[in-house]
Amino acid sequence: MEKETWIDGMMMKGKVYVAGDNVVSSLGFTSEENFAHLKKMETGVKRYNDASLWMEPLMASRVDDVRLEREFAKLGSSAGFTRLEKMMLVSATAALSENKKIDISSSRTLIIVSSTKGNIELLDKEEGKRFEKKRLYLWETAAQVARFMGNPNKPLVVSNACISGVLAIILAKRLLDEGKYDTMVVIGADSLTKFVVSGFQSFKAVSNEVAKPYDAKRAGISLGEGCGTMVLTNDETKLNDAERILVMGGASSNDANHISGPSRTGDGLQMAIEKTLSEAMISAEEVDYISGHGTATQFNDDMESLAVANTQLGAVPMNSLKSYFGHTLGAAGIIESVMGVHSMRQNTLIGTYNFEELGVPATVNIIKDTRAEEVNNCLKTAAGFGGCNAAVLFEKLTSRARA
Amino acid sequence: MENTTKITAACVIENGKVYVNSKLDFTAEGSASSLDFLKAAYTHYQLNYPKFYKMDSLCKLAMVASELLMRTNRINEKYASEDIALIIANGASSLEIDTEHQVSIADEANFFPSPAVFVYTLPNILIGEIAIRNKIKGENTFFIFDTFDEDFIHSYTDSLMNNDKAKCVIAGWVDFYEDKYRAFLYTVERTNEGEAHTTTNINKLIDNKLNFERN
Repeated sequence: MEKETWIDGMMMKGKVYVAGDNVVSSLGFTSEENFAHLKKMETGVKRYNDASLWMEPLMASRVDDVRLEREFAKLGSSAGFTRLEKMMLVSATAALSENKKIDISSSRTLIIVSSTKGNIELLDKEEGKRFEKKRLYLWETAAQVARFMGNPNKPLVVSNACISGVLAIILAKRLLDEGKYDTMVVIGADSLTKFVVSGFQSFKAVSNEVAKPYDAKRAGISLGEGCGTMVLTNDETKLNDAERILVMGGASSNDANHISGPSRTGDGLQMAIEKTLSEAMISAEEVDYISGHGTATQFNDDMESLAVANTQLGAVPMNSLKSYFGHTLGAAGIIESVMGVHSMRQNTLIGTYNFEELGVPATVNIIKDTRAEEVNNCLKTAAGFGGCNAAVLFEKLTSRARA
Repeated sequence: MENTTKITAACVIENGKVYVNSKLDFTAEGSASSLDFLKAAYTHYQLNYPKFYKMDSLCKLAMVASELLMRTNRINEKYASEDIALIIANGASSLEIDTEHQVSIADEANFFPSPAVFVYTLPNILIGEIAIRNKIKGENTFFIFDTFDEDFIHSYTDSLMNNDKAKCVIAGWVDFYEDKYRAFLYTVERTNEGEAHTTTNINKLIDNKLNFERN
């Protein structure tokens, strides 16, 4: 199944490794700091009274401005960057700083940016005055990031609703398998804006309390913001001492059902999961952990339970991190994948904050409290507006005998 | 040559003109606005899909282009729904309808965000609309580029087909912002008919100069 390619005299068998990561969120500015809060089941979702976001109190997960400015100042830039770009630069720099073998200036390193709304706040007349108009375009945001990081290649931008982050990781894995590049820096970011808050409020999709994924009393999403960075490489010599974690495969699909609601049967997500397990050459019984999408809307969580149960994964421990980070849109797939990788490294299953009683049509095994358990692999799933679904599987290199 | 990837059909919409397989098929150059032109094309082609009127301008453009592409090449009769991929890009994302949503929230005294508008504030919604209309369920990704990156889209399309991720790919560009628009969508299949799937031929089809008649 695995394609063999020869690059620079070195044979690679389609192995793609996680070579570095970072999360900037309400819960911290390093992956470790974020994961420590998850272990203790401490949420970053709080009540805000901020008229610039919403006229009423809003439950949300926000990146601390003071700390963001402090961390950004350390990068020593005098140029003007938007808040979103600052999150991206701080996160990507931190992810690269933990692995000195990654050369961001190499022509064989590519940046992939995942975002749904980019610098959308610049559409506001006052905000827009601070930057030239082209900063509204996602390709310009990505170009600014690549330029600052010192990468010579034109970055790729994926904007595919709430599966953007998972899609960007799948894309990175596929491009690494093609062999043109040896390293991908995948950066997913979205910021909390009045634009996004008012839109989800108009849908009446926002919960008045912290989101309760998969729960019988769930009442909608909590919105969030942040940035996740995952560095991937096909070159084993570029790895540091951390345990080898592989991206085994992934797939996307479309429900072809409705633009603003998921399929009622979960068939689209089911297809993405089946294709992912097949590419990863892993059976449903072998899956140790599912990091679900779990937005805590009625339709999403119902649909997800059906897709998971119909792929014979109903007994696999599963959580949603949306009640910790809120829904971070284009960042979610990457932030949650990074946390999944840390669950594997620390052999710890994170409890789903605020989950009490299962309230979905198919039986799924939601993790209630954080516990120590061997986690050899992680299936990350996502679904989004436009009927899109995606799944990706991470696995420890040591977990199975590999020829 | 058999078993190589081929460009099998194309639809290009720009400057008040619709081209199907490089031939001018409809023109309404006198339209007052880009939106009027799309409505004229919808009527001319009797697309008969009332959801069209609910869509934002970007999706309307995608709908006209994809309908004409599917009429000339009925791929959804040839392939299983999960074997068709949609790989589409643009430059302005959904900024056209984003601006409309922004106007609805800019003024506290006149605050009226609408779910019917907000749902379109993601560029991949146009992929969803094409998928719903044609029951396409395969791989789907929306990319944002400053200009169409034919090298990347070409190699990613071939990679999907060479690795059994798709048997047919609908690829291209759909962009609509500030009354300017441009769309080109084309099908790539593994067949012995059609023109070779190369970046040179992609550029030819964009310029309506690819010869689809030869086969």
